[in-house]
Amino acid sequence: MIRRKFSKFLSILGFYLLLGIITIYALFPFYYAFISSFKSGTEIFIVNYLPTKISFDNYLSVLKTGYFGQNILNSAFVAFSVVLISMMLGIFASYSLARLNFKGRSTILLVILSASMFPQVAVLSGMFELVAALSLFNSLWSLVLTYMIFTIPFTVWILHTFMKAFPPELERAALIDGATTMQLIFKVILPIMWPALVSVGLLSFIAAWNEFLFALTFISSDHLRTVPVAIATLSGASEHEIPWGNIMAASMIITIPLIMLVVIFQNRIVSGLTAGAVKG
Amino acid sequence: MKKFLLFLLVPFIALTSTAGGAQLSVAFGNVGKDLDVLKEFFAMFKEKTGHDVNVISMPSSTTDQFGQYKLWLSAKNKGIDIYMLDVIWAPQLASHFVDLSKPAAKLAKLHFPSTINSQKVNGKLVALPYFTDAPMLYYRKDLLTKYNRSVPKTWAEMAETASIIQSAERKAGNSKMWGYVFQGKAYEGLTCDALEWVNSFGGGQIVSPSGEITINNQNAIKALITVKSWVGNISPNGVLSYQEEESRGVWQTGNAVFMRNWPYAYNLSNGADSPVKGKFDVTPLPKGEGPNARSAATLGGWNVGVSKYSKNRDAAVELALFLASPEIQKLNAIKSSHYPTIPSLYEDKDVLEVAPFFSIVKDVLKTSVARPSAPTKRKYNEVSKLFWSASQSVISGKKSATSSLKELESRLKRLKGKGW
Amino acid sequence: MKRASFRNITKGWLLLSPMLIVLGSVAIFPLYRTFLFSFTDAKIDDLINFSFIGFNNYIEKFEGLYYGILADSTWWNAVYNTLFFTVISVTLETILGLIVALCLHRAFKGRGIFRAIMLIPWAIPTVVSAKMWSWMLNDQFGIINDMLLKVGIISESVAWTSNSDTVMWVVIFVDVWKTTPFMALLILAGLQIIPGHIFQAAKVDGISGIRLFFKVILPLLRPTLIVSVVFRALDALRIFDLIYVLTPSNDDTISMSVYARENLFDFDKFGYGSAASTLLFLVICMLTLSYLGFMRLTSEKI
Repeated sequence: MIRRKFSKFLSILGFYLLLGIITIYALFPFYYAFISSFKSGTEIFIVNYLPTKISFDNYLSVLKTGYFGQNILNSAFVAFSVVLISMMLGIFASYSLARLNFKGRSTILLVILSASMFPQVAVLSGMFELVAALSLFNSLWSLVLTYMIFTIPFTVWILHTFMKAFPPELERAALIDGATTMQLIFKVILPIMWPALVSVGLLSFIAAWNEFLFALTFISSDHLRTVPVAIATLSGASEHEIPWGNIMAASMIITIPLIMLVVIFQNRIVSGLTAGAVKG
Repeated sequence: MKKFLLFLLVPFIALTSTAGGAQLSVAFGNVGKDLDVLKEFFAMFKEKTGHDVNVISMPSSTTDQFGQYKLWLSAKNKGIDIYMLDVIWAPQLASHFVDLSKPAAKLAKLHFPSTINSQKVNGKLVALPYFTDAPMLYYRKDLLTKYNRSVPKTWAEMAETASIIQSAERKAGNSKMWGYVFQGKAYEGLTCDALEWVNSFGGGQIVSPSGEITINNQNAIKALITVKSWVGNISPNGVLSYQEEESRGVWQTGNAVFMRNWPYAYNLSNGADSPVKGKFDVTPLPKGEGPNARSAATLGGWNVGVSKYSKNRDAAVELALFLASPEIQKLNAIKSSHYPTIPSLYEDKDVLEVAPFFSIVKDVLKTSVARPSAPTKRKYNEVSKLFWSASQSVISGKKSATSSLKELESRLKRLKGKGW
Repeated sequence: MKRASFRNITKGWLLLSPMLIVLGSVAIFPLYRTFLFSFTDAKIDDLINFSFIGFNNYIEKFEGLYYGILADSTWWNAVYNTLFFTVISVTLETILGLIVALCLHRAFKGRGIFRAIMLIPWAIPTVVSAKMWSWMLNDQFGIINDMLLKVGIISESVAWTSNSDTVMWVVIFVDVWKTTPFMALLILAGLQIIPGHIFQAAKVDGISGIRLFFKVILPLLRPTLIVSVVFRALDALRIFDLIYVLTPSNDDTISMSVYARENLFDFDKFGYGSAASTLLFLVICMLTLSYLGFMRLTSEKI
């Protein structure tokens, strides 16, 4: 009996030990960047495992020099626009694909799915041509447009799986009441589907916020850049080295909002991710 | 909610209201002090002409920068008026730039003819010199005196001294001491370093000015084998991932006896908070071995080109002339220790006072060797990548020098194909 | 009834059209142009004046020697690197993801917090994680070297991102760090579909944990695992930004995407780079199609 209890204790201990290891593995780089961001001067080149002195110099110099504040606004503008537009397009399309019966639906789903497999590099040259032709080069709208290539596929895909599961009785009842399609979508379906919308919205937001290749290629002014590119091209205000301290501080500034989003909305993100992949 | 919408509109407003007046944009890849100095010049320019200038910062790797330039030029980007061009880019981008030979007719005569010629493509003056560049060997004179060693003239002497001082200093307690740091990362900088080694052993310049592939020769092999023997002994293994700033990081924290670097590091190393302040000096890069041994320094430098697509072409030309003027060249020499391209400035008292090493610069510039960008034209980037990859595979010990250079030769032949 | 279905059709396409127009212009059109350029000698700074050169970008015989991508050893090196990266990273991510998913499937205090923690590496922008890791892996000032030196695993600082023996493993390691959470979530979703009574029955029968896992859980998880692995593999095959930021222009890690971008923009070979992009697309396309075919086969069985 005691032996059994002891082995149960051991297995619980082992389980928490495993959790601990995973947690450290997942968090340590972030933690280390966090404490590095508070070091200034040559102190940053000394390895410390615990925070020593807290100085906000790096944060100040990141926010003061260049356009970092503007870059954050740019990223927010692009990310919000991408979320709104791809959601609008996705709602109509997924309603059509999930609730209306017509030929060619499966082909379209297939095309959408395969578009999500496109390597970004493979479309970069044509995309560049498109952006130049629409004279969107060096405009934030070029990013809003081009980010659709990766947000639309999963938005449509996820929303379509949710719409399919929508109870047909409600839809029928609304149609009998004489609701138009728009009313049906906006007044009946969407209020019930908001968790799914939050999921796809978050996923689009994170994807758009983090994108690098297009943002590097299509934007040519410092004040129009988004934050990932701003970080990659960050130059030191000081004359020393690569500005590691500033890079870490900038990384914290753009990552912390994301982490807050993730912590607050983790349930929604999880259901969004899993609906997109597994049910498909 | 309204506030929120307004917040969303902010970037858009900023985007639409860029026009109006002479607002010039300059694409510039250098960071830190160089950027600060450039901004000072822009302030002077504004006072003089009233034109506002802002800098578009670029990725620090010149390879990335060049790719970005090509994209912008091909999109006929009106947002950038002036491009800072690496000395090797003129032959590749000529068609996108304004011919400066007329507006700069007088000014051009003040500069070294060779520098001006390097920016001429089919008679068109693509860009004006901002500064020229050639690397030097930085050495710690305090350590050389302490261990009673003379300033090295050959790579062999350098390696010997480095090894002696490194082990002595380590025994004395400085475990982070290294003998020699350079740029060994797989990028354009390694092409510069490796070209110097090869050339200093009399191994030519990869592709001859007439376009022949000359790299596979005994002297080049000897040079690379020599460098390989440094890595892990007098140079940290990490040198294979160093660019200029990483090597300066090791040097300026006092942890290297020798460093190969560009002149920009001179003033920085003499900065107020620098541990090596006043403890170092510079000399031309060492010679190799053999009958054709010479000191070789890869020619670098930046030039100012005016985009054909600029909306403010006149103001932009004005700025280009301003940046190439004797006044700015002198200030740039004093503030950033960049080499001027105007011969008289090498005898200027103010300049020599801050940068006494300028007295040796004329010698350094005499030993300068050009990267083969002129003969290989639009294929230069690929030639350079093949060369730095081959060099790195030798000095990292992945391949033997003989087989690596043989492979490089055949790859270059294939690339040349029907002609450069 | 017929009229209603006709109305359905028009309505259906009407609602689809905005999305199709946008997707067509950002995906189909660029893809078509890339495909077209792959048969030309276009230059990046002149996309108007070019001539068609047939399959020369792919393969060409000139003076007895073969040129073109299919004869380029760097391309095959990139293919090898990409496959190596894909196989190793996806395998590791699946195993670790499975472990994490099993942990998350158990009810314990603080599960919500733990799940949020797990998601953090996934949410951090790739550029930022590449910077963070290259800072930690720095040969002179990096904490990884410091740790390993203190523990005594290594006796001298290792230049992780420049040493050709370690650099690919660094890329894999960072990718595993970043993507395991995603994998874990996919697998967790599969675990949650397995009815609880199966576990209870197993418990009543006194089956040990390990046997339960291999005899019961793993077979039931198989469909989920296949989907997750395929999704991840397709993603891994086009790896770009991690390699581009962490180890730029290094032949030891060059992937197919990086190779294509290098030729498109760094070298003066827009047509050639487009051909490389097209090949990459074809590889991924074929894998997707065979996966879809496979899915169709298995779903028919059910």
